[in-house]
Amino acid sequence: MGEFKVHRVRFFDYMPSAISKMAFNFLSERLAVARADGAVEIFKFTDNYFQEKVIPGRDGRAIEGMCWVGQRLFSAGLNGEITEYDLENLRPKYSMDAYGGPIWSISSNSQGTLLAVGCEDGTVKMFEVLEEKIQFQRNLDRQKGRIISLSWHPSGTKIAAGMMDMIRIFDAETGRATHRLLVDRGLGMSKGREVVVWSVIFLSDNTVVSGDSAGKVQMWDSITGTLRKTHLVTKWDVLALSVSQDESSLMAGTSEGTVVQMQFLQSSVEQQERQWVRTRTFKNHSHDVRALVHTDCAVVSGGMDTHLVVLPLLDQVEKSSKEAKLRKITFPHRSLVRCARKAGLLLFQFPDHLELWRLGESEGQGKHGDCLPVKRNPEKLLQLTRKGEDHICCSAVSPCGGWLVYATVSAVRLYRLQYDNNNVSISRVSKLPKELRTVHQLCFSSDSSRLFASSTHSSVVVVALSNPEVKHLHTLKCKSGSKQPLHLLVPSDDGKWLATANADCEIHVYNLHKMKLHCTVPVYSSCPTAIAIHPSTCNLISVHADQQMFEFSLQQKEYTEWSRRLHKEGLHSLWLDRDTPVTRVAFNPENPAHIILHDTFMFCIVDQSLPLPDAQTKFYNQMTLRSLPAAERMRHSHAFKICKYFQHLMTVELLEDHSLVVVERPLMDIMSKLPAPVRQKKFAT
Amino acid sequence: MAALYEGYTLCAFVPQQNLSNSGIQGVEIERDSDHVLVTDSSRSVILYKVSDQKPLGSWTVKQGQSLTCSAVFNFQTSEYVAVSDNKVIRIWKEDDPLLDKAFKATVTSDIYRVLSIPSWEPVVLFQSGAVRLLDSLLSAPQQPIEDVLSQEESIRWSTCIAAEKQQQLVIFTTEQKGEHFLYLQGLNPNSLQRYRLEREEPGLSPLSFSACYRNRHIFLTYLYPNGRVYQSVTSVRAQGGDDGAQSLPVPRSLLLVLPVGEGLLEAASALVLDEAHVAVVGVPHPSAGAGRDFLCIWNTNFQTLQAGKEMAGRIYGQLWSFSNKLLIPHGKTLSVIPFECPKSSLASALGKLKQAKSKESISSTFVPSWNSILHGDKAQPLRTAETRSTTSPTIDQVLELIKTAPVEEVQEEVERFLSRSDIQGLQPSVGRIASTLVSRSLDDPAFYSSHTLTQLLNTQCLCHSVCPDLVLLALERKDYFLCQLCLQFFPDIPEAVTCVCLKAFISVSFMETVILKERGVVSLQNGFSPTSVEDFSDGMSGSKSRTEVDETTFNQPGLKCPVGSHKAALLNACKIQIKALISSLLTFIFVTFQLFLQYLHFLYVKCSQDHLLQVHGFRSPSLSQIMDWVCLLLDAHFTVLVMTPEAKGLLLSLHRFVKSQVKLVSELGKIEGSLQELDKMKTKRDIGQYSIEVIELL
Repeated sequence: MGEFKVHRVRFFDYMPSAISKMAFNFLSERLAVARADGAVEIFKFTDNYFQEKVIPGRDGRAIEGMCWVGQRLFSAGLNGEITEYDLENLRPKYSMDAYGGPIWSISSNSQGTLLAVGCEDGTVKMFEVLEEKIQFQRNLDRQKGRIISLSWHPSGTKIAAGMMDMIRIFDAETGRATHRLLVDRGLGMSKGREVVVWSVIFLSDNTVVSGDSAGKVQMWDSITGTLRKTHLVTKWDVLALSVSQDESSLMAGTSEGTVVQMQFLQSSVEQQERQWVRTRTFKNHSHDVRALVHTDCAVVSGGMDTHLVVLPLLDQVEKSSKEAKLRKITFPHRSLVRCARKAGLLLFQFPDHLELWRLGESEGQGKHGDCLPVKRNPEKLLQLTRKGEDHICCSAVSPCGGWLVYATVSAVRLYRLQYDNNNVSISRVSKLPKELRTVHQLCFSSDSSRLFASSTHSSVVVVALSNPEVKHLHTLKCKSGSKQPLHLLVPSDDGKWLATANADCEIHVYNLHKMKLHCTVPVYSSCPTAIAIHPSTCNLISVHADQQMFEFSLQQKEYTEWSRRLHKEGLHSLWLDRDTPVTRVAFNPENPAHIILHDTFMFCIVDQSLPLPDAQTKFYNQMTLRSLPAAERMRHSHAFKICKYFQHLMTVELLEDHSLVVVERPLMDIMSKLPAPVRQKKFAT
Repeated sequence: MAALYEGYTLCAFVPQQNLSNSGIQGVEIERDSDHVLVTDSSRSVILYKVSDQKPLGSWTVKQGQSLTCSAVFNFQTSEYVAVSDNKVIRIWKEDDPLLDKAFKATVTSDIYRVLSIPSWEPVVLFQSGAVRLLDSLLSAPQQPIEDVLSQEESIRWSTCIAAEKQQQLVIFTTEQKGEHFLYLQGLNPNSLQRYRLEREEPGLSPLSFSACYRNRHIFLTYLYPNGRVYQSVTSVRAQGGDDGAQSLPVPRSLLLVLPVGEGLLEAASALVLDEAHVAVVGVPHPSAGAGRDFLCIWNTNFQTLQAGKEMAGRIYGQLWSFSNKLLIPHGKTLSVIPFECPKSSLASALGKLKQAKSKESISSTFVPSWNSILHGDKAQPLRTAETRSTTSPTIDQVLELIKTAPVEEVQEEVERFLSRSDIQGLQPSVGRIASTLVSRSLDDPAFYSSHTLTQLLNTQCLCHSVCPDLVLLALERKDYFLCQLCLQFFPDIPEAVTCVCLKAFISVSFMETVILKERGVVSLQNGFSPTSVEDFSDGMSGSKSRTEVDETTFNQPGLKCPVGSHKAALLNACKIQIKALISSLLTFIFVTFQLFLQYLHFLYVKCSQDHLLQVHGFRSPSLSQIMDWVCLLLDAHFTVLVMTPEAKGLLLSLHRFVKSQVKLVSELGKIEGSLQELDKMKTKRDIGQYSIEVIELL
């Protein structure tokens, strides 16, 4: 009943960028992750680690430091600028040159009134945090050599700065350097090389913890300026340190890809005095761990190998709970692939270019598991390099394949494509309406006559496409007053509806005939990760970060009977246990009861006409069903038909000719493109 | 196997002046098992989060007042309830900073204790024996309280138990003129049952009680100062047997006899952990002298010591347990000791390297063993003796006899005693007889009854922790047969003792002292075949004329067994546990060790040649066990071996054999590798950048 011809595509050379810095906001429990290409991603930890926002990168913006001040996010980098981000419009709000050369680190005091940046020229510069901007206040005593790392004492009166071969303690009020702590160079070969203090942490008991390029984690007494304890944790560099909020546990990330935990413990039961003791070592990375965050119950690490790893500390969480599982986030939680369903085209989005491919063709029929002969190979029609320094934030291709659009934070570019046998001609539409300026999401209507673009304050700009003129029709505004950006924008096939979802978890549906808001779906606590409108029943399917699924009737403006039943009976625990969000919902025009969903590790057809699985049902039952005679299958089948045959899925889409396109990006292919990890002595080498 | 883990300190306290009493009045569970309320013996209540070792709150009554029972947590209202100066009930919440401003109610009679268990309302137990629900008491604090107990009767201990969701039961014991009574007070509907506990030796009253509820019965476990732990079982009857004056005697059964050392126990406590395990504090460890600063977990089914831990400082005989933690005050600290009592299965009781057969033999007290079927039942006169009509002596008579009588008489008496038909009740007595015998033998060098001990061992009711000196005694008296039996039947011999045995067995002088009897019935060529216990025992008790084993029997082409058959059997009987032995092995003198290695080499060759062996010789070590041994030995002594010219031949031959084995294995590896490739070929299809496939979802 569900036989598909599948185009299995593995030529999307998506390469995630290395993680360079992270900052955790303990108030809102959001993690900001900076990538090597300058992109910043916001993960919402309270909502199943959903990647809520992505701020695209920019050439030359190598972020070396990042910090939260209240709900404001600042970064600084080797271009010498301090940048504050506009998290509502997903773009830098402003950048300010610190005039100290490349900036290596940024840190705010616990009161959130001052920012300190460490510069290449040896100065620590203080900036006052004002509303809407920051203002230079003064320099601390200038040092010889660059300031690599910074940490404020929690009281805000002292700053520790890691440099080459030493650590300096500054009095934050007078700006004087009070102590100079000399850091030992490594032994042997590296004796002649300067040691870099990659990371420092100032604890409230006046201990300064440093991690350096000689592989040491050292505890210093900042009052006497003496070394208390040295832990040699690696032969390579200790790149990152992070301490828990109660200062009882410390993590150190190394070039070997290990994270070493140290805990502040009593050395024996009788002894009251506590010491830093090395306790556990975790290895979840193949390359440098460059960024670390110690939350209350987990350690989050990221680095060169591009994975974001959330490792729960099992002494802090309930063992059987969902939080106790290790998470490895590799792929973005939104689709970078667009598909022109009528024309059979795939559009791949890279930070600096777009690729347009035409799918191949096969001949003949086959049965399950067969590989059909490829009559025509897929073909790259177009590679479009972006203009300007800003990276591409979104792109779209129209279903007919005649239009192509992409946006950066600064501009939107629309192109007209014409196909002439094997030649593609591309022409840019030069005059665009001025409403198309700040854009987060783009999509075309199914008849390719309209372009929808999400803009500020969750509004949607509707543009009519016609040759030669492109005209602004209307701006759809939601009434909730939400300032959050839209991350999902989905028109219905019949052209009547447009559904949007924003980071406030709101889903709005607009009537495009009347150009006004039709209804708002009751707000669910978890963020929608994929939405779609059914072509025939006009029901809106929404899937959320916590893996829940809803069906909302647009006509009745209420949840459908099936949705109610689904929630009364509850989803199967194995469905809820999955750790990647569903990023795409599609429908099968041949069978209106079928909903096609996918996440990174499976795709699934939900058959609404079949009974829902209960807790005792075998959830992954394709193998069992296959072994049964056809007559008996019906008795054992349930609504969730899951296929795990394809892995690391970037997208799954149903074309108009009823064939499926799956785009895979095998992890091995990503790993093979990473630089070589540090050399490690292995047995017999 | 139950285990005690590394503990940690929850808090420190100040012991009272007379030192007999810890400064802690009581520890009660708070909202979950991780939170406890500690009431000290004077004025304050402290709330702790156990896993964080951190106090969360503390409340103190005014100078001059004192808390007279431990504070409890009311699970229904999340309030704390304490009693000050016997009559004033105080109730407060966690966020109330001051106890003096909290709610107070004065009642008319002295309160013994407030009892509270999760999901039930707290109950107030008065010193007069009356019981009230807290709510109903507070609604009319001045209500009259009736006297349930008679004049000179006073409460010794109390607890509260939920009987299956329907009823809450208050259990308390009282003492009146040396007699002890057990009261079961049911609430809603009210009912009162009174039982009399059987008297122990005059003058002894129980040191501690512990009660639990299983299958509609209350199991009361109590410890006497003479180290005896009894259990009484009473059913929870629904109807109210209100006639409290008439007290039925409640039967008791002896659960455990703990070693007490000299004198009587003073501050000790036994706490039931689950159906099979009892935690005991303040009782000497059987293998560590007379000190009483131990916390032990005993298995009552097997009568074995499962885990022990020495506690620093004075023990006060107080012990609490919440979920999987024991709380014990000792010295000046209250320690938390996590423990684990997995369901006691034989497999876990016996350890990893036990062979299937020996497991069976432990369990089969009632099932005839292979040995008895094959070799007749000489060693187990239990069943045959039932026909005898002579009245058997009581245990105390036997014990008295053992202390003075000559060997023959003891032998006879014990045999008669063992012929008693109920094997179940035998277990504790056998232990006592054995330990008395052993201590007499230790004191009196002339006294030694191998036959009796063998008989006792054959009942399979003994274990190492019951009579820890037996193995060493047997070794000292060169009674190797008994040693072998011990090694076979005891599930809990410590590594150190095993090692001492092993050393003795392979020491050179051993060959000279034991002149083994040549017997024609060596069924397999080598010594570790079932040279059964019975065979051996015949040899022992039969004649003194033993001759050297004809070693040619063991001759294999090119290789001969370096040790005699019986010696081999002894070696095989050593139940070798793993790595901990390394340090002990290092102490082996070289010659000993070389002989042992030689023997192992022989075993290894045999084992890999003859797979039948593994089926036949159930007492023979498995190949992996032999490998473990060889590795351990080589690891410990390699340098010495290489330097010694005498060992050269052995090493070379071992090397040759290992090399041939490696060659064989590597060939096997190649075959496996190729077959695996075949496997891969089938499943893994090379997927290029693009393919068009067909799938079907059912």
